[in-house]
Amino acid sequence: MSAPLLHTVVQIADDHLISGHRLSEWCGHAPMLEEDLSMPNMALDLIGQARTLYSYAARLENKGRTEDDFAYLRTDREYQNCLLVERPNTDFAHTMLRQLYFATYMKFFWESMHESSDETLSALSHKAIKEISYHVRHCGEWVVRLGDGTTESAEKMSDAVQALHPYTEELFEVDESRQHGIDKGIFPDHANLKTQWQNTIDAIFVQAKLTLPEIGFAQTGGRKGLHTEDFGMLLAQLQYLPRAYPGASW
Amino acid sequence: MYSQGLIGADDKTAEDQAFLDAFQKRIDAEEKIEPNDPMPAAYRSTLIRMIGQHAHSEIVGMLPEGNWITRAPSLRRKVALLAKVQDEGGHGLYLYSAAETLGVSREQMTEELLSGKAKYSSIFNYPTPTWADIGTIGWLVDGAAIMNQVPLCRCSYGPYARAMIRVCKEESFHQRQGYELVQNLCAGTTEQKAMAQDSLNRWWWPSLMMFGPSDTDSQHSDLSMKWKIKRFTNDELRQKFVDATVPQAKLIGLSMPDADLKWNADKNNGQGGYDFGAIDWDEFWRVVKGHGMMNKDRIKARKKAWDDGAWVREAAQAYAKKQNTQVAAA
Amino acid sequence: MSNEQNMPLWEVFIRPRTGLHHKHVGSLHAADSTMAMHAARDVYTRREEGDSIWVVASSHIHASDPKRSGENFDPASDKVYRHPSFYDIPDEVGHM
Repeated sequence: MSAPLLHTVVQIADDHLISGHRLSEWCGHAPMLEEDLSMPNMALDLIGQARTLYSYAARLENKGRTEDDFAYLRTDREYQNCLLVERPNTDFAHTMLRQLYFATYMKFFWESMHESSDETLSALSHKAIKEISYHVRHCGEWVVRLGDGTTESAEKMSDAVQALHPYTEELFEVDESRQHGIDKGIFPDHANLKTQWQNTIDAIFVQAKLTLPEIGFAQTGGRKGLHTEDFGMLLAQLQYLPRAYPGASW
Repeated sequence: MYSQGLIGADDKTAEDQAFLDAFQKRIDAEEKIEPNDPMPAAYRSTLIRMIGQHAHSEIVGMLPEGNWITRAPSLRRKVALLAKVQDEGGHGLYLYSAAETLGVSREQMTEELLSGKAKYSSIFNYPTPTWADIGTIGWLVDGAAIMNQVPLCRCSYGPYARAMIRVCKEESFHQRQGYELVQNLCAGTTEQKAMAQDSLNRWWWPSLMMFGPSDTDSQHSDLSMKWKIKRFTNDELRQKFVDATVPQAKLIGLSMPDADLKWNADKNNGQGGYDFGAIDWDEFWRVVKGHGMMNKDRIKARKKAWDDGAWVREAAQAYAKKQNTQVAAA
Repeated sequence: MSNEQNMPLWEVFIRPRTGLHHKHVGSLHAADSTMAMHAARDVYTRREEGDSIWVVASSHIHASDPKRSGENFDPASDKVYRHPSFYDIPDEVGHM
């Protein structure tokens, strides 16, 4: 078992679970019926990837835990998703931008993972890249439409950028475990990912007539298990049944 | 489905006896009626009402189950539920499309739903307080829906029949996932089994009401049958549902909350079937008339989604308009 | 409800796999062709229904008039000489 690898795999799995969870909250409440199908599609991709990653984590750990033990039965401080993905939906502009930021990061991440020295993750990357590329396209198209739509939508889009941009730095944070993986050729160089990510976001922002804000201070903490208050409420819902009926199987 | 040419079209076809007879002849010959075909105004309005109600039921039906998506107790259950609720959105979409071929727009239908003018299946005005309700809805509510829907695949109106074929194909997993979920609870802890029985107790009678008023009281049945929009009466389908479901409950150790339920060997032309107790039609009409526990919340949630989404739809339209102007100018 | 929200209707055609025709599967609403394409993918190909999508603005479809079905289509019904079974050839020739 490799402790650093396990650590990073759980982080990536948590990103996907929480991101999928937030998207799934929209189901039945979307701005138009067509989006009531699009958002669950993306949520299903993300939760599907989380399942694969948790199962891999369980194998790496080799202590008999399952995907659900990881997903449901940890304490707040044990979840290590980045803060970006746990930010509340707020409105459609916030949601599309949040997903665009995350999906663009994951797209370049999975692309580089084709070459990973870890066979399991490399294999997963070929499936995941197809799913996430569509997320970038879909959310990107919406960001452009909302940014360059009406005065009202442009305002909401710009508010979303102000609110969410400070959380993007954390995507590229490299802790000890991740650095270990980078050194071993498992994970890609994050400076390079950052450049690719920035180029894509810049291009979309030009089309969307949005400007990049000055970030006074980058918000981080998720990778160390330090979360915003909204996250506690998310976990309260997510974990309710397994916590209320310990040991039951569903 | 090619509805544009019809919206606002003059559908005041002169309905003399010869026209009505010719139409009935096509129906009797099992010919499908297609969007641009001449049809009696009452045929059109019956279909608009029926398909609209059906579409609204799918859309409102997303809410009670959607209530548990973020609380599903395992990742396997979560993806199944999310995919199922998403399917219901899809079914609503197919059905709105089918209704649009008759010259009514989705916006009009949405307005009628939100204003309370259009009805939807009453079953969705009951709450889903426990996780077991997700299983019970799949098993009973989708089960009852399938009984209703399979014959609709042969409905005389082409676009409705085609939409229903797609719906039925996709629905086939819904009832199975529901039954599997309930079965799992019954095989679990005492608390889980009690949760399943409690849920069945609450949903059994409303499920039977889903087939609509008894044949003797149904105002729409006759014409719908004559025009082959419907193929079986409410009571026929209800009986079929009871006969199918009672053994399924027994198999997993649950019992129906009906003291009068018993096997009757003479029923169904001697094939046997279940006699069941009297349905509380007062409750049915009370919920239809808006006094179910969740009626107001359901419409409020739909209205909120529609109103909150207005700026998004406007932005998409405004952007498209700008792009078109740019293309035209280039 | 403002008119700005009434999105155009699109017809969706899916090709199940290469070698087959695109077939009409239903319709949807979208503001423009890009979003119509996304919606078609999300609504109509969730179960591997196809490998190619066409979306066409419904307003661009011209349909034949059912009132003229007689003059449009009935005249073909007695032109049996267009079909191979109209011609008698000796059995010994085999398949032709």
